[in-house]
Order: sequence, then C-alpha cells, then structure tokens
Amino acid sequence: MLYRETGQFRTSYAADQAIFPLRQDRIGIAAIALAAALAVPLLADDFFLNTIMIPFLIFALAAIGLNLLTGYAGQLSLGTGAFMGVGAYACYKLTTFFPEVNVLLLILLSGFFSAGIGFVFGLPSLRIKGFYLAVATLAAQFFLDWCFNRIGWLYNYNASGAIEVPTREAFGIVLTGPTATPLARYMAVLALVALMAWLASNLVRGRIGRSWMMVRDMDIAAELMGIRLLRTKLLAFAVSSFYCGVAGAMMVFLWLGAAEASSFGINVSFQVLFMVIIGGLGSLIGSFMGAAFIWILPIVIRFVPAMLGLDVGAATVEHVSFMLVGGLIIFILIAEPHGFARLWQVAKQKMRTWPFPY
Amino acid sequence: MGEILYLILVDPFVQMAELPDFFLQVLWEGFVSGILYALIALGFVLIFKASGVFNFAQGIMVVFAALSLVGLWEAGVPAFLALALCVLVMLGLALGVERLVLRPLVNQPDIILFMATIGLTYFLIGLGEFIFGGEPKTMITSELLLPTGSHAWEVMGGVVIFQEIDIAAAVIAGVLMTALGLFFQNTRIGRALRAVADDHQAALSVGISLNQIWAIVWFAAGIVALATGIMWGARSDVSFALQIVALKALPVLVLGGLTSVPGAIVGGLIIGVGEKIGEIYWGSMIGGGIEGWLAYFIALAFLLVRPQGLFGERIIERV
Amino acid sequence: MRLRQALLGAAALAVAAGAPAAPVLAELYVPLLTYRTGAYAGSGIPIADGMHDYLAMLNARDGGIGGVRIAIEECETGYDAQKGVECYESTKGKGALVYNPYSTGITLQLIPKASVDRIPVLSMAYGLSAAAVGETFPWIFNPPDTYWDGASAIIKYIAEQEGGLDALEGKKIGYIYLDAGYGREPIPLLEQLAQKYGYELVQYPVPGNQMQNQSSQWLNVRRDRPDYMVMWGWGAMNPTAVKEAAKIRFPMEKFIGVWWAGGDDDARPAGEGAKGYKTLNFHGVGADYGAIQDILEHVVKKGQSKVASSDKVGENLYNRGVMNSVFIAEAIRTAQELTGKKEVDAVDVRRGFENLNITEERLEEIGLEGFMKPLQITCEDHSGHNPVYVQQWNGQRWEPVSEWFEPMSDVVRPLLEQAAKDYVQANQPWPERAEPCE
Repeated sequence: MLYRETGQFRTSYAADQAIFPLRQDRIGIAAIALAAALAVPLLADDFFLNTIMIPFLIFALAAIGLNLLTGYAGQLSLGTGAFMGVGAYACYKLTTFFPEVNVLLLILLSGFFSAGIGFVFGLPSLRIKGFYLAVATLAAQFFLDWCFNRIGWLYNYNASGAIEVPTREAFGIVLTGPTATPLARYMAVLALVALMAWLASNLVRGRIGRSWMMVRDMDIAAELMGIRLLRTKLLAFAVSSFYCGVAGAMMVFLWLGAAEASSFGINVSFQVLFMVIIGGLGSLIGSFMGAAFIWILPIVIRFVPAMLGLDVGAATVEHVSFMLVGGLIIFILIAEPHGFARLWQVAKQKMRTWPFPY
Repeated sequence: MGEILYLILVDPFVQMAELPDFFLQVLWEGFVSGILYALIALGFVLIFKASGVFNFAQGIMVVFAALSLVGLWEAGVPAFLALALCVLVMLGLALGVERLVLRPLVNQPDIILFMATIGLTYFLIGLGEFIFGGEPKTMITSELLLPTGSHAWEVMGGVVIFQEIDIAAAVIAGVLMTALGLFFQNTRIGRALRAVADDHQAALSVGISLNQIWAIVWFAAGIVALATGIMWGARSDVSFALQIVALKALPVLVLGGLTSVPGAIVGGLIIGVGEKIGEIYWGSMIGGGIEGWLAYFIALAFLLVRPQGLFGERIIERV
Repeated sequence: MRLRQALLGAAALAVAAGAPAAPVLAELYVPLLTYRTGAYAGSGIPIADGMHDYLAMLNARDGGIGGVRIAIEECETGYDAQKGVECYESTKGKGALVYNPYSTGITLQLIPKASVDRIPVLSMAYGLSAAAVGETFPWIFNPPDTYWDGASAIIKYIAEQEGGLDALEGKKIGYIYLDAGYGREPIPLLEQLAQKYGYELVQYPVPGNQMQNQSSQWLNVRRDRPDYMVMWGWGAMNPTAVKEAAKIRFPMEKFIGVWWAGGDDDARPAGEGAKGYKTLNFHGVGADYGAIQDILEHVVKKGQSKVASSDKVGENLYNRGVMNSVFIAEAIRTAQELTGKKEVDAVDVRRGFENLNITEERLEEIGLEGFMKPLQITCEDHSGHNPVYVQQWNGQRWEPVSEWFEPMSDVVRPLLEQAAKDYVQANQPWPERAEPCE
C-alpha cells in the first residue's frame, strides 16, 4: 500500500527514463533533500556538522567512486586512499597556482589528476584479475604514499611535510581554511556530493554503466559481444579515481583543514571498501548507507559509555569499538551478504504489499 | 643523461664488487626477511588453497599469537607451558573462525569472505589490545632457549655478521615447511586437504568433512603465525605495528601464486632479497625508503608476464 | 534511505545524550588527546599516564588548581589525524582550556583552528617549530625547545665530543628518521649546519609502514660508516632501531636520539646491546621528586592510575607527561593570578601560558626541584631555547652524561622567524596577532 506503483503510468520515453519513476521515490528523495539542505543546517550544531555530516558525505562520495569500479565494473581496488590523496595534493597545488579561482571549481578539477593516475594504475587490470589485481592496486597505494612523502614539490617544500589549507572563497563566501564556518563547508559538500551522485546514477544506467556491468559479470563474454575491454576497464578506473580524487580534495579542503601523507593510508582504503561492501556492491544508495554505518558507528560507540554514565577509559572504548565494528561487519556479511542495499529492496517489497502480504 | 644511465646500470654493480662482504651481508639480510615473508605467505596459502578465502587476518594472527605468548609468560606461566597454551589458543581461534565466520558464509563470493577476514582483523586488534594492552612487549627469546648471540665471519677482506636468532629462524622455518609438506603429502588429513583444494564438491561426495578441513588449515595457519610472531618479535618487538609488516606477504603471495606452497617460499626469497638489493643499491638515488612499494612492483612485473603467479594454477577462462 | 535517517537520528540522540556531561560549572576542563592503541602506543601510553596522573594528583592532594577541580578527559586518537580532529571537535564545546595533541599531524591541523576557536594548543617540544614565534602564532606554545633546538643541540654535543665545532669538518653524520612531518622537520637545520661546519649529512628515512623492518637502513649505515648517528624516531621505530644498531655493532655511544626517542621501553628490549645509547632530555628521570612521590601516594597507590606497575612511574616518557601537565597546571594558575578569577576560560589560559614563569622557587614549591631548568615564556618566544642535557642508557635506566647546555639559539631563531614568515605566506590571509603583549 505504502509503496505501490499501480496506477502510475509512464506515457512517454522521458517518463520511462526518469531516475525516480515512482511518485513515492520522488517524494522520498525530495524529503531527504529538504532535510539535508534545510533541516540539518537549521537544527544541527557545529559538532554534528563537522564530525558527522561532512565526513559522512565525503566518504559517501568516495564509496560511490569505489563502487563504480568494484561494484559496477568488477575490479577490486585497495588503492582508494591513495587516489583520494592524489586529488587532495592536486587541489593543494591548484590553489597555490590559482589563488583567485573559485575553490569549488578547483576541487572538481583536481579529480582529473586523480583520474589520470587511476588510469595508469588501471593498466595492469587488462592482464591481471581478482585478488592478483587487488594486490597490484596496493602497489599504487604504497607508491603514491611514498610520493606524497618524498616529493617536496607536492607540499610546497613545507618543512613539516604537510599540506595546510589556505583560506579560499567561492561566490564571495569563505569556504576553506580555519575561518570557514562548518555550515558553509557543509553546504558546499552537500552540493558537490548531490551533483556527483546524480551524475553517477545517470552514468551507471547508460551505455557506459551497462558495459561495465557486462565486464563485471564476465569479461571474456563481454569482449566477444563487442565491448572493448581496454577502454571499458580503463574508463572505470579513471571515473572511479575521479570520484575518489574529488572526495579526497573535499576531505582536506572542506573537512580536515590539513593533511599529511598518512591521512591517505591503507586504512582509508579499507574503510571505503567496507562502506561499499556493507552498503551493497553495485548500489549507489548502498554507498550512502554503508558510509553512514561505517563512519557513524564508532562515533556512537564512543558516546555510549558516557550516556550510560559509565566511567570507562578512552582506550578501552577504542578496543571495544574495534571489536564491535569487526564483529558487526562479520555479522552483517553473514546476515545479508548483499549489504544494506538489499535490505532496502526487501523493505520496499514489504512496504508494497503491506498490510496484506501474500 | 649518460651519468644517470651509469648510476642506474653500472654503479650499483661496481659497488657490489667493491665490497663483496657487504654484498653477502645484504643477501643474507634479504634471505632472512624473505624467510619471514615466506612464513606469513605460507599461512595465507594454506587457507586459500583449502577454502578459497583470502585471509587478510593472517597478519594480525601473527601479532595475536606472539602477544598471547608474551602475555601468558608475563602472567607467570613458564615459557614452554605458555607456548603450549598458545597453540591451544590458536586452536580455539581456528575452531571459532570456522564455526562463527566460515560456516555461515559458505558459498558466498570471494570478496565477501575477504571482507569478513578484514572484519576479523579489526576484531582481533580490539581483542588483543583489550586483553594485553597496547604497549609493545619484548619477545621472550632466551626463555624459549632461542640463541641470541651473533657471529662475525671473516670473508673476502671483510666481515659478515650472522645473528644466531636469524639462523634459528631460517632453521625453524625450514623445519616447519618441511613438516607441513610431509603432513599434507603423506597423511590422510593431508590428502583430504588436497582433495578439498582440487574440488570442494567432489571432496564432499567422497565423505570428506569440509568443516573439519577448514578448522585444520586455520589451525595450521595459526601455528605458522605463532612461529612467525616469535621470530619477528625477536628481531624487533611484539607490537601492533607488526601487522603492517605482514602486508609484505601480499606481494610474495601473488608473486608465488595464491595456491602454491613452494611458490610462497620462492616468492618470499625473491621479494626479500630483491627489495634489499633494490633499496641498498638503487634506492638512495631517489631518496631511499622505497622498500615500502618496491616489493609490489617486483610482484607486478612478474604478474604481467605470468598473471597467475610463478607457481599458481593456470587460469583457464571459458565463456 | 530510511535506515540512513534512523542511523543519523540515533547518532544525533547519542550526541544529545552525551552533551549533558558538558560544562559543569566550577571545573577546569582539560581534555587530553592520548593514544594507548595502535602502532605508536608504546610511546603514547607512558606519556598519557604521566599527563593524567599529575593532574589527578593535583585533584587528590590540593583539590585541583586554586581550589577548582580539574575535569580530566582522555580522548583516544590512535595517533591518527582524523580521529584527533574528531576528538577536538567533540571536546571543544565543553569548554576545553588547552589541547595537547601529541602528534605532529594533529598539531598541524589544530594550529589554524586555535586562533579561530580561541583555545591555546600546547605542543610541548614537538609540532611546528615555527610556532615558537609568538608574534605569528599567539595561540600555539611549544616550550621548552623546538626540534631545531634539539638538532642543533645534538650537533653541539657531537662537536664537544670531537673537541670543538671545527673538528666537525669532514665528519660524516647519519640521520635516521621517521619519514613523516615529524622526522623531516630537522633536516633544513641539519643541512644548514652541515654547510657551516663542513660535516657530511647522510639521511636514512624509515617509512611509517616499515618501522619494524629497518634492516636495509642499517645495512646502509654499515656501508656508509658514519661517525655519528642521529635519530628522530617514535613508537615502534625506536626499539627496532636500537636493536638493529646493536646488531651491526654500531658504537652505541655515538648513536644519539632526540628526546622522543628516549623511552625506557625503546632501549630495554635490546638488552645489553643498547648500553651506551644516548638521547637528549630536558627533564629529570626517576621517581625521586616530591611531586612524583605525591603521585605515587595519592594516585597510583589508590589505584586511580592506569600504569601497569608502580615502577613505571618515573620512567623517562612518564616524566615527560608529568612535565606536560606541570605546564598546563602552571599556566592555569598563572591565568588565575592574572585575572583574579578561579574559573578561567581558554582565553585566560592563553594569557597564562604567555606569562608563564616557572622559577627555581616555584619548582621547589611544587616538589620538582632540579627536575627541569627554570623556564619563562614570553610574548615573542613561545618556546625558549631552553637548556638540554644528554642521557645514556646503562642497561637498566637512563643516566645523565652531560651538563645542561644551551642549543644554538643564534642559528635557530632566524630560521624560526623565516619559517613563520613562510607559513604566513603560504596561508594567506593569516590573522594578525590581535592579542596584546603583556
């Protein structure tokens, strides 16, 4: 009853191709958009924006990037952290060279650098597959890490080896640097993530997305059917890295404010991979859900002892948090290997037949 | 340009020839770390072969085993009793993993199982720190009657220094690998394991219990982890940073082939020696510290020629 | 999507429920960013214990500072910059008086935030060296010495061993360091001094993921045969380096670490081989100080400390943590005196730091006579180029082997000022100092 498509007729091709063909979906997405763009800014305090919403959205974007590669094109990558780093360092250099340019534009531009690097490290995928490829992408992770440390030009020969975000504006509002308000940064992140998520959802429905899925399901068969593997796989690497690069640039410029090479370590790669798997491979909405779960869960765990009035040491909470996160990941994989996206589908199905399941 | 070519192509070999004793030392150091990489990779291979699980938790199992050993000893248990108890701990871990993680996830795609082992890694990190605390511990080398001295061997106008613990590591690793090899070659369980590795369903149909085999390989991997933990702990110390070193086993693994025990050993030695020579004779040209990624590039170079690794099973693709 | 909202809701609830623990009046809220987990826990734990125990002792013995209790809250960072920022964000709303990031990476992220949020950052002998220039960084304090002071002090000490600065000519000095911001910071100074005094500097970077696998670096050391080795290590890197040095039979008395490479647990695992290893220090070790005895009596014996055993109290890094808390407590006390109110806020504490003057008499009063050299922070100089000494590991504990001596402040100060200028240049528009000097 709640989620019934009966009676909604699509009378034109345009209607048939809409991203959200169902009225309920449109209402839902509008509600979420309103909540994200109006309710959150009005109600949330700085802590909520800074610690939960901004990183959640940024990681969701990175998860979408990895999902395009792993979930849609079937290429497992463990180098996400490094590709995010490429975006961040590229953006840093761009802001150094073009201090006057709108910083949002620079953040988007830095994605192209990341895409280029992703393209190069995607080349082995033509020959190597599966876990062999995953280990090969670790080469990218460690090599780029080393570059961020060793190539002084990347961080302007800063003695501390870190990149520090300068104060930059877009549309007359200070968006980056210490004086930028969390609200302004949140709105910028929200706008960029919404834009790129929309692009991704169109991409995966179209010709390119379909060819990726063919490659994922069986690349030899796809090749026999006329998909050019070289192009398709490398495009997946490039697009995925573009998303990760933009996410990385946002991470440093709109969230952290400064970063060292270690901010883009292998742990970030695993974190994003978790988001993708827990959210659901090959699902954009799943990327959001996975990012929310993996990012917010440890924060919530930190607050639980204080809520219950327990005096537990910070280190103990951290240990328990590790155990809980690890245990929950295993539990979710057992309970629903296809991730939250699958749960969401099941829920939709339930809502459709509710209250008379047959 | 010529100078650069000289630096890359000629100078390193001149250096090797000039200080032959030093070159020998480099080879020996590479050999020892190669053995340790091979041991970690061996744990991966055992599990991958029998269950198709890419066990990311092998690294943390090394740390966990070593921590339990030192933790028990610090709690007052005699060294060898602690060692025996540790074996029991690894057995418990193997049974637990088989029952709680592998069995419910049977028949899931590889990537799901891989993620589950990363979840296991997080769990074991938390558990290990919760029980034993985060401070690094000193391996109880002499209590386990392992030698700690060193010998200088005068050769070719210089000296090569051998640590007794490194020699012991090489010997123990050799014994362990031989024992495992014999075990899998000549015992009933070993044959069952190879049957499972060849074909799960066929093995099931002749009455081999998959669950039992999985528990056994995880236990074997746990024993290998314990040995690795003792050796590496004696070289530096026992702390959670060791887990990062264990990532080095990944290039070893793909280089040797995911399913091959000899591959793990040969791969370990190639990576161990290769990265040492690379770092020492070529690394300083570009600022040093290249060991972090050199191993991956060596592995990548091999993979481009043989995508299934040196000894891996040939990948045959059909539509 | 609903799930996401539910999760967000749950998080919001958690946050809201966590909030009431916030500003309870008549408390001095001091968050401690510590790390007892991860690869750097070996160095992080004794420091966290020392910081916590001294403040807890003040609470137990004196009822806080100036009669106001200190609310101590540890937040676990795992030496991870993301988690550090999260800790910062989650505690700053509770009226935090000062931050001690204990990580160069986290410090760098807090530096620009400090002047905006108006909370001082105490990065005691770590972090950005240039932060010593108070004119540019009014909110950052890094007493008693910067890394550049440390590097110059080591060179000075080596020169003294060799018989004067002229004797450095033609010597080879190796520098092994953690390949991160922390380890790279001293390089410009070491290079500049190399030019000036004619020694050769050879660098051996240790990547963060290779901390426990240093045999290549030490093989290179063996080949290059430097006359001295200088180390900037942290966490698991230190004990491994000491072991490897012993393994290649490097003369340990020519191996000198910075103050952060001097944990007891850094030297102890190498056993006999570590004998002779030296590090810089700027405070006393051991438990023979009144204040530390008080910690044992009021905190450790009552089971309110997290130290594994009471003989850990008085170890080098434990005392480092104590010294850090002495700075905090003294700054708060100074702020109380300056403002005349008991419940000071972060802005007052900044003033307290800037007017910090720990004299011999004061050290005696707080039971730390001879623990450290008297120290004064001024408006211009937030660090102070204070004297240091060299200590040596005798197989059991650290022993001083040199007198207290000054770093080369004449070389360091111009570099600091230049670095501060560069920082401002790179971070335009950097706020002008708005706080008056007193």
